[in-house]
Amino acid sequence: MKNENLYNYLLGIADNSLILGQRMGELCGHGPSLETDIACTNISLDLFGQVRSYFQYAGKIVGDGRTEDDIAMLRKERDYKNVLLVEQPNTNFAFTIGRQFLFDVYHLIFLAELQKSNDLTLSAIANKCIKEVSYHVRFSSDWVKRLGDGTEESKAKMQEAIDALWTYTDELFHQTEADVAMVAKGIGVDVTKLKEDYYLRVGELLKEATLHVPESKWFQKGGKEGIHTEHLGYLLSDLQYMQRTYPNMEW
Amino acid sequence: MSEEQIKNLEEQFEARIARDEKIEPKDWMPEKYRKTHIRQMSQHAHSEIVGMLPEGNWITRAPSLRRKVALLAKVQDEAGHGLYLYSATETLGISRDEMYEQLHTGKAKYSSIFNYPTVTWADMGAIGWLVDGAAIINQVPLCNTSYGPYARAMIRVCKEESFHQRQGYEIMIKLANGTPEQKDMAQDALNRWWWPSLMMLGPTDDVSVHTAQSMKWKLKRKSNDDLRQQFIDQTVPQAELIGLTIPDPDLKWNEEKGSYDFGDIDWDEFWQVVKGHGPMNKERMKARVGAWERGEWVRDAAMAHAEKKQERKEK
Amino acid sequence: MGTKNWPLWEIFVRSKNGLEHRHCGSLHAADSDMALENARDVYTRRNEGVSIWVVESKHITASNPENNGELFEPAQDKVYRHPTFYDLPDEVKHM
Repeated sequence: MKNENLYNYLLGIADNSLILGQRMGELCGHGPSLETDIACTNISLDLFGQVRSYFQYAGKIVGDGRTEDDIAMLRKERDYKNVLLVEQPNTNFAFTIGRQFLFDVYHLIFLAELQKSNDLTLSAIANKCIKEVSYHVRFSSDWVKRLGDGTEESKAKMQEAIDALWTYTDELFHQTEADVAMVAKGIGVDVTKLKEDYYLRVGELLKEATLHVPESKWFQKGGKEGIHTEHLGYLLSDLQYMQRTYPNMEW
Repeated sequence: MSEEQIKNLEEQFEARIARDEKIEPKDWMPEKYRKTHIRQMSQHAHSEIVGMLPEGNWITRAPSLRRKVALLAKVQDEAGHGLYLYSATETLGISRDEMYEQLHTGKAKYSSIFNYPTVTWADMGAIGWLVDGAAIINQVPLCNTSYGPYARAMIRVCKEESFHQRQGYEIMIKLANGTPEQKDMAQDALNRWWWPSLMMLGPTDDVSVHTAQSMKWKLKRKSNDDLRQQFIDQTVPQAELIGLTIPDPDLKWNEEKGSYDFGDIDWDEFWQVVKGHGPMNKERMKARVGAWERGEWVRDAAMAHAEKKQERKEK
Repeated sequence: MGTKNWPLWEIFVRSKNGLEHRHCGSLHAADSDMALENARDVYTRRNEGVSIWVVESKHITASNPENNGELFEPAQDKVYRHPTFYDLPDEVKHM
């Protein structure tokens, strides 16, 4: 395949937005208030917009006619490269917010570096996405504070969500083969260098939200290599349903 | 106030409406005007919110990314429209929570069409094309209704909704021009949504109860039967254009009156669905009540947090 | 039902610099930060704004329409406040 490393690198970035967008989209019509519902849908729409930019570019560099939808909906489970964090379900609103927050903080510092990529298309996409993601960080941080420093019940729920999701944070900073190749070319971001800043920012916000930083040092990994939690399969069966049931049709 | 004074005020009030003046929240208004508006506006708002569910159902399964973002944006708009309408109704002295309470306990109604299931992707097309089409016919005249906040909300709603019907019709075009399987899917959706869409424009004029008063207050500008005729006349050519068949053997162009004759509507079905016996009534309410109840601790937390912040500020 | 409901806020949006903020509707939020965020998500999702004001509805004092006679009618006959009140020779085209 042409440009295989760059292609895989793009998918590694875009799959996070795809799967998280899908998770947020599930909530549309079921949020805790109308206003919150609208806000969560905006985040989902931002993420799908990003996915389309990345996948359209990925299709172009491979140059074999594959479309954004082929890439989004016609891969096998093991070929999705998103981190485990973003595929975790909407157990309750604290999990939704916790997942969003833990990803948003990473996403923002990642995009800040990606803007410096010497691949001009990629840096242009990053440039557009970073404004959206800055707002996502603001939104999810504010909600972590509200839930953390709200009622006793909300504090317990928010802490429970952070504790449960914490195990998926370390994976954000693992490098894949495509990562290493792209970093060497000045196209990709060296995620290992983002780790310290990430935990500093997350820790400060959790403190402000009167929550504890989990102490567990054992982390789950595998998403970036295509080994997912059981949740992803169900998500994909929805995402891929139409394309699989009615192959080779236009919609 | 004496009866005489009230009668006098009522006459002045009706005269203002007849002169096309708008009524604003703090203006004196007859109790019946307030109550009728609360009922109609909240029912309208509830319809937007419950209306998110049948389409929301397909967001995770949309067949392409382009369709997915369009559908998400459309369902999100419905949340927005519910919000505008609830806010406008709140100016009449009822809170959103009270309105929710009425919806959740079955005291308030919403448009019955949302009690039908969305079983295939083509239903997204049929809903946008037919249901939004019928809604637009109902709503456009309301942009000029007598109650200012309602009229303003409707202007915003109509402006934003202009893409909804196109979104649906475009889905239908694509299916109708697609493979035989896709075309069947489109025809099947039209078959299922056609009659409920006609019912959506309300009972026939001879049995409709509120019409005369509503006409005077500009809550209604045309009768249900006129609106239905308008909907049929505009929709039939759109179906023909994409090669789909309206599921009505009695449908026929009437040269003399310059519009279509159509078959009998099954009003028994309509009333059964209104009374709660539609295929999805229980699920729709369960989804709404569930979201509200699951959200309670979240809303309480936000209030508690806001109060803590305020206290810290005051110290 | 929750113990306390989110209060109502009035939302004002400036559509572009140079224009005034205009009232565009209301919404519910627990505090002013949330009201701003909700207003951004609800009222500017079609690129309608460059600036938002939010004010809790209870802080608005409104005139009473019953007093409209004394408040507003006295201004109706003060025609000398308008340029058309003054006679100009036809030769003066713009003033």
